[in-house]
Amino acid sequence: MEWEAVIGLEIHVQLATKTKIFSGASTAFGAEPNTQACAVDLGLPGILPVVNEEAINMAIKFGLGIKAEINKVNIFERKNYFYPDLPKGYQTTQLDKPIVGAGHMDIALDDGSTHRVRIHHAHLEEDAGKSLHEAFSTGSHGMSGIDLNRAGTPLIEVVTEPDMRNAKQAVAFARKLHSIVTTLGICDGEMSQGSMRFDVNVSVRPQGQEKLGTRTETKNLNSFKFMERAINKEIQRQIEAIEDGFEIVQETRLYNGDTDVARSMRSKEEANDYRYFPCPDLLPVVIEDSRLEKIRSEMPEMPEARKARFINDLGLGDYDAEVLSCELATADYFEAAAKAGGDAKLAANWVMGELAKTLNQNDLEIVSSPVSAEALGGLVARIKDNTISGKIAKQVFEALWNNEGSSADEVIEKKGLKQVTDIGAIEAIIDDVLARNPAQVEQYRAADDARRGKMVGFFVGQTMKASRGKANPGMVNQLLKKKLQ
Amino acid sequence: MNEKPLVEKSLIEKSLAELSRSLKAGEVSSVELTQTYLDRINTLGSDLNAFITVCPDIALEQAKAADEAIAAGNTTPLTGIPLAHKDLFCTQGIKTSCGSRMLDNFIAPYESTVTANFKAAGAVNLGKLNMDEFAMGGANENSYYGPVKNPWNHDMIPGGSSGGSAAAVAARLAAGTTGTDTGGSIRQPASMCGITGIKPTYGRVSRWGMVAFASSLDQAGPMARTAEDAAMMLNVMAGFDPKDSTCMDRAVPDYTATLNEPLKGLRIGLPKEYFAEGLDNKVEQVVRDAIKEYEKLGATVKEISLPRTHHSVAAYYVIAPAEASANLSRFDGARFGHRCEDPKDLEDMYKRSRAEGFGREVKNRILVGAYALSAGYYDAYYAKAQKLRRMIRDDFMSAFNEVDVIMGPTAPTPAFPIGDKTDDPVAMYLGDIFTISVNLAGLPAMSVPAGMVDGLPVGLQIIAPHFEEARLLNAGHQYQQVTDWHLAVPTGIDAGMKG
Repeated sequence: MEWEAVIGLEIHVQLATKTKIFSGASTAFGAEPNTQACAVDLGLPGILPVVNEEAINMAIKFGLGIKAEINKVNIFERKNYFYPDLPKGYQTTQLDKPIVGAGHMDIALDDGSTHRVRIHHAHLEEDAGKSLHEAFSTGSHGMSGIDLNRAGTPLIEVVTEPDMRNAKQAVAFARKLHSIVTTLGICDGEMSQGSMRFDVNVSVRPQGQEKLGTRTETKNLNSFKFMERAINKEIQRQIEAIEDGFEIVQETRLYNGDTDVARSMRSKEEANDYRYFPCPDLLPVVIEDSRLEKIRSEMPEMPEARKARFINDLGLGDYDAEVLSCELATADYFEAAAKAGGDAKLAANWVMGELAKTLNQNDLEIVSSPVSAEALGGLVARIKDNTISGKIAKQVFEALWNNEGSSADEVIEKKGLKQVTDIGAIEAIIDDVLARNPAQVEQYRAADDARRGKMVGFFVGQTMKASRGKANPGMVNQLLKKKLQ
Repeated sequence: MNEKPLVEKSLIEKSLAELSRSLKAGEVSSVELTQTYLDRINTLGSDLNAFITVCPDIALEQAKAADEAIAAGNTTPLTGIPLAHKDLFCTQGIKTSCGSRMLDNFIAPYESTVTANFKAAGAVNLGKLNMDEFAMGGANENSYYGPVKNPWNHDMIPGGSSGGSAAAVAARLAAGTTGTDTGGSIRQPASMCGITGIKPTYGRVSRWGMVAFASSLDQAGPMARTAEDAAMMLNVMAGFDPKDSTCMDRAVPDYTATLNEPLKGLRIGLPKEYFAEGLDNKVEQVVRDAIKEYEKLGATVKEISLPRTHHSVAAYYVIAPAEASANLSRFDGARFGHRCEDPKDLEDMYKRSRAEGFGREVKNRILVGAYALSAGYYDAYYAKAQKLRRMIRDDFMSAFNEVDVIMGPTAPTPAFPIGDKTDDPVAMYLGDIFTISVNLAGLPAMSVPAGMVDGLPVGLQIIAPHFEEARLLNAGHQYQQVTDWHLAVPTGIDAGMKG
């Protein structure tokens, strides 16, 4: 049977506010445990929350960024459950009236088409602390440590509709979301520090069936790669289970990216009754139109708009523009390279081709590319002005990657790769080649035009080889044709 | 002030306002006054079990600083005045137990806004007052530290939950005290102990540093001998606090400035629902007599209706426990408060710490609250109670279109014997019927001593529109100019009156 996977995502995005959502404590990552938790974050008796307006502004920015409705009246609710890293015994979150209503994001698929993923809503909430089981588990009591530095960090939880059909789409969505929140400056995007954490809901159904299968939720994935693997693994597990005659149990699962092992955490039967009710310590946050307008006027260029600009102003094709605008880092890199290189199409080819391939081979993100955008732009410029050929450019790129020079010019100079464009010099090489291959010259001259077209390649090759690749191929072509007349 | 002949009053007979003048005039020092109260707290205070913590060293140190400030002419009306605080206001470095075993070991690293304001005004903190555990109760029998006795009759309850605060004022153990009122916890004990207590408008006084019972209802207020004293204290307590999101950013008038406004033309509403079944006949007579005094002062009286009064107890006993069930979740043995011995795992720690740390009434209310919020019951209980709450508020709002203040009994009966209703929580809850709707509506209200029934004091309740505390205090003060119920000294505490 043909199976189809159905995937929905819930993404926790840590907002880049300086202080927490309900207290003045710092949100900086990596401090000593419990040094960034004040009385509010510790849930001490008598302590009251005050909403961080900057968190509200950032959530509004997100809503505007995905063209969603912004709820004017925002209610915070208490979600009640006991856990040691949840100091108050409830999480302050939103339920019925999330700040961001329905919206959507379009993602580019490999076949060049775009795919729309609907966003159900996004709500504001506070993060919990962290339980540190490992460091304390060896003691006689089997204790756990609690670090409340993260407790109270503002989050928006983005909830999608189940609009993705495979892991690649889910990852494309995740990358685009990453791009939007970093473009907006509302999240630092540091996946390894937990700044974006993905919960994936996966179910499978026979191809063509409308009714959804039973879903599972795999929680807290914090890299695109782990996410892709976890989804593929879960799809496979579900298909195999069903084909073996088992039913899928609705459950929460954990995936360990380091060991590539997934396991069940709890089933639906064990789910909590969270006893939500409006938090009486916080008044409704009412968002005035003037505030919306102010934020709207301060919005940076979003990926969609950037894509349109790439097409209209830089002359890129739709697919290239989509790929290059999708992630902020890639878009910034490309624009810088295109500017330095003076040729957007050529820069696009290099960013999507040689650079992407090499980054991929070395498992690097574009922000950590050893070849800077300016250096790549310099390379493009030298191709454009015929200093080097495309082929030589690959050598130059490799040298730049390996840090054998800081700019294309330096590498070209050092390695003597400058293209020969001096007509006399090229003519001398051609003369030499023709002199060494009299038989081929004779054959060429005897041939008709159609055959000649094919035969010229031999002389071009020989000439290029003799110039060690440095002769300008266009000029070689032209001069050869003239000399072979 | 009082029209009485000015015979020499002993120190502890003096009201807070009188003490303030004596301190400024140099007739007495704050150290001397503080020591007088500390001596009484040691003897009479422990008989009544009014205090959970007495802090003589801190108090005398503050008194000394106050005397220096007075000498330097750097004073506020509260400089050097010895006060005591309900033990749910967090006080930095002094235990804040909330009347619970759960917090028997809790010393807050911060100061509540209310106590911080008094500190800044130069007042002296004598200690922390006994109360019903987590402010849950109307008899002060639910304290981990044992019941408080009524100074008028030691077999009787003082009312609750601010029982220690009321008893301490009545027994002259402090010049004034703070209380909190979630469903009547300032007004009802004030009535039963014969003192003046005011619950301000919700949002008038900051809740920062006040251990929460029911966040949308809790409000701190002064408990004092006279309306004038209460006005002086409220001047210090009221005001915007950016640390409490529910605190209103609204100017605070000088509550003492309008105390002497004439009451001629004051329109008083008497809700017929407040003079109905369940109200003790003798209490009713006291209240009606008090209203006659107001008529003599030029007020007019008309009957009004607050038709949803009888729903208020039900609405309250859903909303307050629901909020409490979440507010009290933080007491889990993990970070502070009581933790059971040797927990074998996380669940064991939660279960035993909470089972041991909380008393019976607190557990009852957590259970009721969690139930009311649970899936499938929310709409039937919590949502419906919130709807009723809005209707109760609307009833008051339309009543205030016709009258300036509403008057009635504070409690349906005088104080009853300790242990009398311990096994009948519903009877206990019904005792709150006249006070609870005020909290649900967020209004300010006050109880002033208005008479005696069988040797026990009875209070008159006055309710005003939102933020009209000045009107209440004015009405209370004018009444106290023509009556002397507020001057009555509890029987059986005279031994210490030599002062």
